[in-house]
Amino acid sequence: MRISDYIQVIIFISALVLLAPLLGAFIAQVCEGQKTFLHPALSWLEKLTYKIGGVNPNEEMNWKEYTKSLLVFNLFGFIFVFLLQVFQSSFGLNPQSLPNINWHSALNTAVSFVTNTNWQGYAGEVTMSYFTQMLALTVQNFLSAATGIAVFIALVRGIKKSGKTLGNFWQDMTRSTVYILLPLSILLAVALVGQGVIQNFSSYAEATTIEGVKQIIPGGPAASQIAIKQLGTNGGGFFNVNSAHPFENPTAFSNFLQMLAIILIPAALALTYGRMVGSRKQGWTIFAVMFAVWFITLVGSIASEYMTNPTFQQAAIMEGKETRFGVVNSLIWSTVTTAASNGSVNTMHSSLSPLAGALAMFNMMMGEVIFGGVGTGMYGMILFVLLTVFLSGLMVGRSPEYLGKKIEAPEVKMALLGILAPCACILIFTAISAMIPAGLSSVSAKGGPHGFSEILYAFTSATANNGSAFAGLNANTPYYNVMLSIAMLVGRFIVILPVMAIAGQMLGKKVSPVSAGTFSTDNALFGFLLIGVIVIVGALTFLPALTLGPIVEHFLMINGQTF
Amino acid sequence: MKHFLPAFRILLFLTLVTGVAYPLLITGIATTFFRQEASGDLILKNQQPIGSVKLAQKFASPKYFWGRPSAIDYNPQSSGGSNLSQNSLDLKKLYDERMVTLKAANPSQLENPPQDLLFASGSGLDPHISPAAAQYQIQRVAKARALNSSQLEKLVNDMTKDRQFGIFGEPTVNVLSLNIALDAQGLLNKE
Repeated sequence: MRISDYIQVIIFISALVLLAPLLGAFIAQVCEGQKTFLHPALSWLEKLTYKIGGVNPNEEMNWKEYTKSLLVFNLFGFIFVFLLQVFQSSFGLNPQSLPNINWHSALNTAVSFVTNTNWQGYAGEVTMSYFTQMLALTVQNFLSAATGIAVFIALVRGIKKSGKTLGNFWQDMTRSTVYILLPLSILLAVALVGQGVIQNFSSYAEATTIEGVKQIIPGGPAASQIAIKQLGTNGGGFFNVNSAHPFENPTAFSNFLQMLAIILIPAALALTYGRMVGSRKQGWTIFAVMFAVWFITLVGSIASEYMTNPTFQQAAIMEGKETRFGVVNSLIWSTVTTAASNGSVNTMHSSLSPLAGALAMFNMMMGEVIFGGVGTGMYGMILFVLLTVFLSGLMVGRSPEYLGKKIEAPEVKMALLGILAPCACILIFTAISAMIPAGLSSVSAKGGPHGFSEILYAFTSATANNGSAFAGLNANTPYYNVMLSIAMLVGRFIVILPVMAIAGQMLGKKVSPVSAGTFSTDNALFGFLLIGVIVIVGALTFLPALTLGPIVEHFLMINGQTF
Repeated sequence: MKHFLPAFRILLFLTLVTGVAYPLLITGIATTFFRQEASGDLILKNQQPIGSVKLAQKFASPKYFWGRPSAIDYNPQSSGGSNLSQNSLDLKKLYDERMVTLKAANPSQLENPPQDLLFASGSGLDPHISPAAAQYQIQRVAKARALNSSQLEKLVNDMTKDRQFGIFGEPTVNVLSLNIALDAQGLLNKE
């Protein structure tokens, strides 16, 4: 690494650590329904939403009502995105006259955007009309993220409050959209256009290049979608190659803004959590855990990428990377996008050195709790926190308590379900796909372990609701479209349901006062325990699979073996 | 189900807000303040577009600077990289072929070409090369255009962009801009 690389890493980290607490404080105000500086400008929009929806935002819901309204809202979102795609050619804003999309690709994309995965089985520039990009995809970029924040708020209320009700889903979701996601997206989109991200409704220009080749140059309202794609940890690109595309990410500074946008809200939410439970130290402890694990994966990725590859006798290989970003920005991005469940890419993960690819996978395999998705990262992390409290309780022989509330069998069972169901989904679906022709025929790496890595990465990414890929895999087939859809649904809703159940359970518990024997959850000791539990669950579950894929690849690579 | 109607109405309303009003607002701001950037930085010659300054196009003639290899042959209709792994035999073959081609085209260079000319970009549309990759090609272009290489060295230096704000990313040379500048200088085409 050169000095310029260190400087860029340090600037990125400084910006994150400075901005996260500010945003975290603001989000806490929004979540708790306090007036913010944006209310004079935007509260009419919030009120209008309730009026048009015909809902009373002050009507409190119990956890079942809250969950039902969330599920119905997401179901309608899914149907809407699906229908807009399969009837795409009937709508306007389609200057390239792109045809209707087939059912299995539309199914995959609809599930993908509603679950905040934003896996791209399609190539945006030759598949999606501007109408579909805006009214189907951009919208779910907002609403799936807002849904994640709503679940997070509900869980915090369950932990903090006593009583029977968790608040109102419509209110939490609308406030998240109106006061958090929309203003930040407008800011970021304008900044990105200033850097040269395109935003137009033109039909594709036909250029004749200097050497006389025809080149079709795409257009579209990209900046507005890219801003929320990053802020909402969505990650679905406007174009096929996502944020490596010079129209999506034209400069090193647009790259910096996008990397920061990917991780900012998830990081801020850890600190929001501390404020909402009334102890900022709780928030900083979780933030520190997330930061430490992410930082280790960054250092590991850089070390791996800078290792000399004997086949080419070069280190820091530029295959799949863009000149304007260079190696270090590609690796900050690959770790940030997989730690946060964003999944947009500025470099081709399949062409990373094997261990950097393995670390990208491992970030997702830990359950997307290292920052994780907007809302999802924190509620996933709280599952691990409960598990850690429970295990610590067993070790010292005390009945486990978290923030004054007893952790009992039902909560632990639910936490385990939310943690283990996605793990099982990844391993079982990968195993099936590695054995049957429909799974194997999509693999692009013909020999050696990389083909297995492609499959493992796909199911990891879908289940973790990440959306990045080892894109050599041809996943736009009926088999993969359907299997990955199931994986995305498991990874989203078999986590949300247990989380909501825990919120409901915790709500009914009495708060006992802090005593000398209370196990504290806001210090370094707890931080280390939490890291231990997250890493051990991830490592024990996935090390065998990683060994068959990228780890074997690494050892073959350093011996100069090619396939 | 009492949630159906609110869900339906709120979805439609927020679709109008986030899927129509928001993109239109950004488009309005973009076309007012950043018209050229927002429309893709197209370059026109006799009213006809010859490309976008942001997208790579293919250069194979010795009198132009070449860009990075592209896994999609510079076709923006299917942006993408090779997705080959770093121990892929196919990648090794491509690497060797590119090495041979570059060495044959630049016989005066004794060193191996810089990495970015040997490995394909992520997007397949990377418009930049490293300053070293531009310098590597100076002798060839000078010879093909019957120019003095010091003139070209000056041009390449002028066209080299440092890290953004002196900090972000890597120093770059935009290949299309460089080649247009070459032609525009009236530096003779030896055809």
